Amino acid sequence: MAYSDKVIDHYTNPRNVGTLDKSSHKVGTGLVGAPECGDVMRLQIQVDDNNMITDAKFKTFGCGSAIASSSLATEWLKGKSIDDAMKIDNMDIVEELALPPVKIHCSVLAEDAIKAAINDFRVKNGMEPIEAAKTHH
Amino acid sequence: MIINKNFTYLCAVNKSNKMNLPIYLDNNATTPMDPRVLDAMLPYFNQKFGNAASRNHAFGWVAEEAVDYAREQVAKIIGANEKEIIFTSGATEADNLAIKGVFEMYKDKGNHIITTTTEHKAVLDTCKHIEKLGARVTYLPVKADGLIDLKELEAAMTSETILVSIMYGNNEIGVIQPIKEIAAIAHKFGALFMTDATQAVGKIPVDVIADGIDLLAFTAHKIYGPKGVGALYVRRKGPRVKVTAQMDGGGHERGMRSGTLNVPGIVGFGKACEICMQEMESEAKRLSALRDRLQNSLLELEESYVNGNVEHRLPHVANISFKYVEGEGLMMAMKDLAVSSGSACTSASLEPSYVLKSLGLSDDLAHSSIRFGLGRFTTDEEVDYAIEVTKKSVTHLRELSPLWEMFKEGIDLDSIEWAEH
Repeated sequence: MAYSDKVIDHYTNPRNVGTLDKSSHKVGTGLVGAPECGDVMRLQIQVDDNNMITDAKFKTFGCGSAIASSSLATEWLKGKSIDDAMKIDNMDIVEELALPPVKIHCSVLAEDAIKAAINDFRVKNGMEPIEAAKTHH
Repeated sequence: MIINKNFTYLCAVNKSNKMNLPIYLDNNATTPMDPRVLDAMLPYFNQKFGNAASRNHAFGWVAEEAVDYAREQVAKIIGANEKEIIFTSGATEADNLAIKGVFEMYKDKGNHIITTTTEHKAVLDTCKHIEKLGARVTYLPVKADGLIDLKELEAAMTSETILVSIMYGNNEIGVIQPIKEIAAIAHKFGALFMTDATQAVGKIPVDVIADGIDLLAFTAHKIYGPKGVGALYVRRKGPRVKVTAQMDGGGHERGMRSGTLNVPGIVGFGKACEICMQEMESEAKRLSALRDRLQNSLLELEESYVNGNVEHRLPHVANISFKYVEGEGLMMAMKDLAVSSGSACTSASLEPSYVLKSLGLSDDLAHSSIRFGLGRFTTDEEVDYAIEVTKKSVTHLRELSPLWEMFKEGIDLDSIEWAEH
C-alpha cells in the first residue's frame, strides 16, 4: 500500500508535536485509543478567554495515517472556536489525507481526540461536556 | 501513476554509498532469484520448452531429463530419495496435500491431528478446513520463547492421532523446534510426523532420515529460486507413507499431484537447492554474524526486546520489538529499509501477529515489532545502514509518542484506563 503524499508529508514533517501543561485551566487534553489497539493519540488545546483555540499540540503512538490524522487535526484546530472545532468530522480528515478504507479508523480516533480535548476544557471551566451522538462510518 | 512512481523509487541509488535503496531485509517473505538460477531456467521457456510428460519425442525427453536432475537436487538437500519428491506450486500447496492427503488416506486409523498455534496459515487454515470434515485438531500452545513443550505434546497424543504437524523454523521469529524429539514422540504413538520446513531448508541442515520426518513441505522462492514451485517430500520406506491426491487429472507425480510440471520452475528449484548445498555452511556463518551485529546494536536502544528463543533460531532472522513505537509507523520512518512488522496496521484484519501473541506478548509489544530477514545478497554496508536508520527512526518516533513520554515520567501505563473506541 503506497501512502498518499499528504500522509507522508505530515508524517515526515509533523506539525505541532509536543506537550502543553495539562494542569492549566486553559488547556484541554484528550487521550484516546489504547496500546492494545496500536493507536494512542493525545491532543491538547490552548484556549483563550474568548474560547478561541490559540495553540494545539499532539503526540501519537500509531501508524503513519494515525500520526498524519492527529497532526492535521492540530493544524485545523488552531484559530477555531471550541464550538467550531467540535464540528470537525472524521470524513474531512479522510478526504484531506486520501486515507484508504482500512485507515479510516485513524481519522475517527483523531475526531474522538479533538472532542475529548474540548470536553476536558469545558468540564474544567464549568461547562457541560458535549456528547458525541453521531455514529461513525 | 502509482506503479511507475514505485518502480522509479526502487531504482533510486543512494548518492553517498553504492547501495541500492530501499535495502531488502525481508528475505523471510521472499528472496531475489540468484542470477545462476535464472540462467539455468531460461532455456526451458522457449528453447527446451517441451512438456516433461511427452513420452514420444525429444522435446519431452529433454524436459524430463531436466526435471529428473532437478528432482535429485531437491531430494538431496533434505537427505531424501528422488522418488520421494512431489512437485507442487509451492509450500502452501505442499502443506495442503500433506494434511488433507494424510487425513483422507488414514481416516480409518484415526481423525486426530496435532499442530501448534504458531504454524503458518497454510497449515492452520488447512487444519480449520479439515475440522469441518470431521477431523479433531489440537493446537498446542508455545512457551514464551516460541518453543513447544515436549511434555505437552506427549500428553496430547492419543490412539486416534494420525499426524503431528510442526514447523521446522518459524517464519516470524525464526525459532527452531526440537524436531528429532517431536518426531520420536509422534512415532511412539504410531502417528506420522510432518513438518513445514519452508524457512529452514537451505539455511540449516535438514535431514529427513536423521530427523525422523515422514512428510516435509518447502518451496523455491525462499532459497533464491522462482516463485510458483515447491515440493512435498513423502517418505517411501520405514514406513511407506501415502497421501490422497488433492489435484486429479493425468496422474502425474506418481498419481499424487496431477498437472503439467512447471519445467522451468522446477529446473530453477533444483539449481537453487544445488547452490544452497554448496554455500549453506559459509552463508549461515556470515549471516548469523551479521544478524547478531544488527541485533546487538539495536538492543542498545532502551526498551527494545528480541522475540523468540535466541539460541535455537535460524541464522538470518531477528524479530525485535521497540516499545512505545508502533510497527507500521516505524516502517514508514524506515522507508529505505524493506522489512515487515507484527503490527495490526500491517495486516488486513487489524489483528496483531498471532505468532507474537502466542508467545504471550502484550498487544503493544506485538504492535511494536519489526522482523529483519537477512539474505545471500545482504552486505555489511547494508546492515550498518539498517542499524543507523532503525535507531534514528525509533528515536524520532519516540519523540512523537505519548506513551514514551509517560514512561519517561514514571507513569505505569498498565494502571491507566484507556478510553474505548
